[in-house]
Amino acid sequence: MAKPASTLARRADELMNWIDKRLPVTAFWNATMTGYYAPKNFNFWYYMGSLALLVLVMQILTGIFLTMHYKPSAAEAFASVEYIMRDVDWGWLIRYMHSTGASFFFILVYMHMFRSLLYGSHRKPRELLWVFGMLIYLALMAEAFMGYVLPWGQMSYWGAQVIINLFGAIPSIGEPLTEWIRGDYFISDATLNRFFALHVIAIPLALLALVLLHLVALRENGSNNPDGIEIKANKNENGLPKDGIPFHPYYTVKDIFGVGMFLLLFAFVLFFWPEVGGIFLERDNFIPATPLVTPEHIVPVWYFTPYYAILKAVPDKLMGVILMGASVMILFFLPWLDRSPVKSIRYKGAWYKVMLALFTFAFIRLGMLGMAEGTPSQTIEMRVWTFVYFSFFILLFFLSPKGKTKPVPDRVTH
Amino acid sequence: MPTDGVNKGRRRFLVATTAVVGGVGVGFAAVPFIQSWQPSAKAQSMGAPTQVDIANLEPGQLLKVQWRGQTIGVLRRTPESLSLLPDVIPDLRDPQSLESEQPSFAQNVTRALKDEYLVVNMHCTHLGCVPQMVPQVGPQSFEKNWKGGFFCPCHKSKFDMAGRVYKGVPAPTNLKIPPYSFIDNRTLLIGVSQEGVA
Repeated sequence: MAKPASTLARRADELMNWIDKRLPVTAFWNATMTGYYAPKNFNFWYYMGSLALLVLVMQILTGIFLTMHYKPSAAEAFASVEYIMRDVDWGWLIRYMHSTGASFFFILVYMHMFRSLLYGSHRKPRELLWVFGMLIYLALMAEAFMGYVLPWGQMSYWGAQVIINLFGAIPSIGEPLTEWIRGDYFISDATLNRFFALHVIAIPLALLALVLLHLVALRENGSNNPDGIEIKANKNENGLPKDGIPFHPYYTVKDIFGVGMFLLLFAFVLFFWPEVGGIFLERDNFIPATPLVTPEHIVPVWYFTPYYAILKAVPDKLMGVILMGASVMILFFLPWLDRSPVKSIRYKGAWYKVMLALFTFAFIRLGMLGMAEGTPSQTIEMRVWTFVYFSFFILLFFLSPKGKTKPVPDRVTH
Repeated sequence: MPTDGVNKGRRRFLVATTAVVGGVGVGFAAVPFIQSWQPSAKAQSMGAPTQVDIANLEPGQLLKVQWRGQTIGVLRRTPESLSLLPDVIPDLRDPQSLESEQPSFAQNVTRALKDEYLVVNMHCTHLGCVPQMVPQVGPQSFEKNWKGGFFCPCHKSKFDMAGRVYKGVPAPTNLKIPPYSFIDNRTLLIGVSQEGVA
């Protein structure tokens, strides 16, 4: 280290030394930021992880402030949310940040996952990284579902009814299980109260732990990159990857630029379009929950609709639940289903491009159909796309070892 | 861990038994937390089976009671209305109650344990309004060839005197039948059937 120029700088150095002897702050910073080399060819898709982390922090902060005004009881919940929206100073902003943040969280996570499908980021040696990511995704789904119940609107109530009744499809233990989840014979105050507890403490704790594990697993092997090659295979005389650049300052600056762009878009939705025409916040949820009146058209929020479409596509309730569960669980096995010798789509043949395009379209189309009313022709379409969805994984397993590939370069391209 | 002069078998045994005892302890300690999610004593008493005295129910009379936040209708059907039940079958969407919700004992033509008494969840399977009973046989404003039944004023769903849904109305399935049983000839118990407690 260079000689400090001023007394103040020397004092600062002494203080840092004092701390480092007791808590390895500098060593940690060097290991995870300045001395952590990331591939130099990151593109747009590599913004999503850091942005998802930003949204997680935002959800926790806005969530803490919402719990200061929200009342988790069936009699008061709906009114307390309206109280936040109308009477609490800036309450509307905090609430809309939280509700808009939830949807943006899923947009980012879906793009983050799609990036893996593009560049093979889930492939060896990053299988556990993917598995932790999937566990984050599952926890996020539970978190979002329970969060949506809290305003105690009609869609909160009936959405919860539909989702909890899915467990009722399990033979023999189904009924007692749903009773146990609800804590009553119908969705009631007891259900709301426990969902509140899970939403504000249990699942967020699990999420934070999983995010930590996700990051530790990421630091172990480093990021993949759009070429899907290991930069650690090509090191210079100092033992540093030739195609790597220190995470800090290069990627911290890049990520801050991403944050700026993201917040622009986020603020636009937050201020001008927080309900997104009934997609981020459904219209029926502005009506207080009533156990005696069923809404005409019960639909989950958009991020669940692809799976909901798979559920609706199957005429048998139990089979529908099994297939819907399988459609999420099969994602866990992606690292082992793709057996291609190359990771990135750039060096895979047309077979993978066609399959991934079809799969992506199937997922989006299922999401749209899941929101629709369900005419007979839509049911047939849902079945077609459900078939395409599952075919992707099966074909991937059998085609990937033999599928055409292009030669992979030694060094990253950009 | 130092290993010289150590009885490894004994160490393994101690580690294993400690783990097993600890595991069992954790298992037992988890029970109260899992049980705390069961319907509480308060929820149980609020959702307890409801006794209904039907001794004074006249033929053709409908009695409405509350059970678990729902309106339950108890109707003593007349022999005429029972005799008309097979006549409407061609107009029904689910005459055999295959798609509908009911205890297995009520999956018959009368949808009842005792033909005379219809015990039915009065909330329309469409959007939960409570249909009105229209027992008169003959032309009605909503149906020319009316054989008696229930008519929902909200969205015009029609059901027969067994709560079976007509074709071409918004309600998808027959009115639900709750589990119930008879304690004796004059007392009905809603919430418990021979098949068990709901």
